[in-house]
Amino acid sequence: MIKTLLSGDLPRSRLLSALLLVVLCGLALAPFLFHGARSLNVAATICVFVVLVASYDLLLGYTGIVSFAHTMFYGIGAYGVGLALHGMGPSWSAVLVGTAGALAVSLVLALVIGLFSLRVRAIFYAMITLAVAAAFAVLASQLSDLTGGEDGRTFKVPELLQPGFHLIDGEILGRAIDGKLITYYLVFFSALALFLFMLRIVNSPFGRVLQAIRENDFRAEALGYRTVVYRTLANCLGALIATLAGVLMALWLRYVGPKTMLSFEVMTDILLIVVIGGMGTVYGAVIGSALFILMQNYLQVLMKEASAALAGVPLLANLFHPDRWLLWLGVLFVLSVYFFPAGIVGKLRAGAKAKSDRPA
Amino acid sequence: MTTISQAAPQDSAIPKVRVDMLPLLLVPVLALLMLPLVGSFPTWVTLTVAGLAMGMMVFMMASGLTLIFGLMDVLNFGHGAFVSVGAFTATLVLLPMKSWVEADSVWMNLSVVGLAILLAMLVTGILGWAFERIIIRPVYGLHLKQILITMGGMIVAEQLIHVIWGAEQIPLQLPTTFRGAFIIGDAALEKYRLIAVGVGLTVFVTMFLVLNRTKVGLLIRAGVENGEMVEALGYRIRRLFVGVFMAGSALAGLGGVMWGLYKETLTAAIGGEITVLVFIVIIIGGLGSVGGCFIGAMLVALVANYAGFLAPKVALVSDILLMVTVLLWRPQGLYPVAKR
Repeated sequence: MIKTLLSGDLPRSRLLSALLLVVLCGLALAPFLFHGARSLNVAATICVFVVLVASYDLLLGYTGIVSFAHTMFYGIGAYGVGLALHGMGPSWSAVLVGTAGALAVSLVLALVIGLFSLRVRAIFYAMITLAVAAAFAVLASQLSDLTGGEDGRTFKVPELLQPGFHLIDGEILGRAIDGKLITYYLVFFSALALFLFMLRIVNSPFGRVLQAIRENDFRAEALGYRTVVYRTLANCLGALIATLAGVLMALWLRYVGPKTMLSFEVMTDILLIVVIGGMGTVYGAVIGSALFILMQNYLQVLMKEASAALAGVPLLANLFHPDRWLLWLGVLFVLSVYFFPAGIVGKLRAGAKAKSDRPA
Repeated sequence: MTTISQAAPQDSAIPKVRVDMLPLLLVPVLALLMLPLVGSFPTWVTLTVAGLAMGMMVFMMASGLTLIFGLMDVLNFGHGAFVSVGAFTATLVLLPMKSWVEADSVWMNLSVVGLAILLAMLVTGILGWAFERIIIRPVYGLHLKQILITMGGMIVAEQLIHVIWGAEQIPLQLPTTFRGAFIIGDAALEKYRLIAVGVGLTVFVTMFLVLNRTKVGLLIRAGVENGEMVEALGYRIRRLFVGVFMAGSALAGLGGVMWGLYKETLTAAIGGEITVLVFIVIIIGGLGSVGGCFIGAMLVALVANYAGFLAPKVALVSDILLMVTVLLWRPQGLYPVAKR
């Protein structure tokens, strides 16, 4: 049962399994385990980022394509739903129209960019996507009549998802069953489904071809696989799933804006998570996202204390300033590209493999 | 085929390379085409000079990147970091020597800016050496890792700038005598833009002469064509790599100082923002080609300026439109480098 659900791609390390279980249970029970809006927000963000990062891993880790346009697709999803709900009022049909529209736009864009530049070298694709994504972000913040400009748009979600809505009176386990909770579980289960779907994809024959292309595209082509077609397909797939992640994020935040959805910082976050978590392992997205988002939200508290303790020393205090947490992650990123390119998950798996290979 | 074998014994000199003139014509043709659209001649002159100035600054930043790519097949996504570092290093000179900046004397102004540029180029050059050594050397030939690692280097560098110079943006004052504009007829030509054009042209001409008239330049050009062959002939291509990387980084630093003075405010993101433009320029020019990079920079900047005047909404995506147009015409860029 579990094997089918995970598409035969088990974690293959006891520690990794335990970590994954902790993350899964933590996310599944988050509304009941932790109280307060902030922790629930952290949990929802982790869910969305797991999907977003895993879809990026499909490109980077499995196919060996470096794209910098992933936030663009994420933003298209968020803006699609946001603008539809803003324009048509809070209804489920608006959500559907927005999602469908966003998916269509993403698909077309991914196809065009892919066919235009995927036939050439990886570097070329990376540069083109960087340029296109930057132009898209500028467009979104400048066409303020449509998108609300830098301020973005806040909107109302369908009634079922509104915080004021109560499904039943009273509380379960000390938690009111309100719209926020329903939204959280909508996000959680969608994320889970999308995650399992991606696990299925990378372990299908299609996924194997992608990995073959990553390892040696010339050879894959020689074996009769049209690499351009496969690359473009992977690109479209990654884009579509990123779009859905954007939809989930917009529904959760009830807000879309260029800073949270399209900025280059989101892209660097994704990159950091994929590499630190483990490229080419979908599980890396789970571990990486959980770690990263938790650090983003709670590491700063630690750093604030360190910074306060070092207040007398001029440069060191700055080094541990809470806003500089990205510096440390950047260093970790560079080190992990060199020393453990398969990331945390790869390290754990290698450790488990070494243990099982050792004669008893 | 036969004509070649017949011709060979007759003239033993190296056959003359046919210069591809078409891209060279693009810039003047574009400028002239825009004249009737813009309408008034003075406005057109102002716009053109502004475009050329911006193009020169972008060229300074882009030329190093394209040369590094051409020679070592490394695309440095962290190139923007050198731009930022260059601009911020300049503040080390420009802020303490405020009295020289504010003085109403050309010589004092020039020397203080010159000193700032010198320091910035020195620092970015050394930083380039370290960057090549620590970040890039282990990943030669691995494109995927190169992109990731240089991106990571960029993140770290940007954060380090925050650590050293603080997170607030720094206002940068343009020296007194560089302010204002020359009025010729009805056209206003900002002095600083003219200076930028001058510096840019100097860089281009110097680079052109070094590449085409010196032994080092010959080796670099040969390295771009076929690195292994250069090595086989007994030249240490590694030293060439390091030298070009340092020079490219120093040029980015120079561009950063010029760009920072042009913007008059500094944020650590300055390099990241310009990186996109730089990439578009080197794609248009043909990856690895310095001449193409020059024309690409001029085209991008001119189009951006004209579009900003004629149709501001189009200006937001004019760079991308230009790139797509050029690539539809020449998929490898204006001057494709042979082996790529």
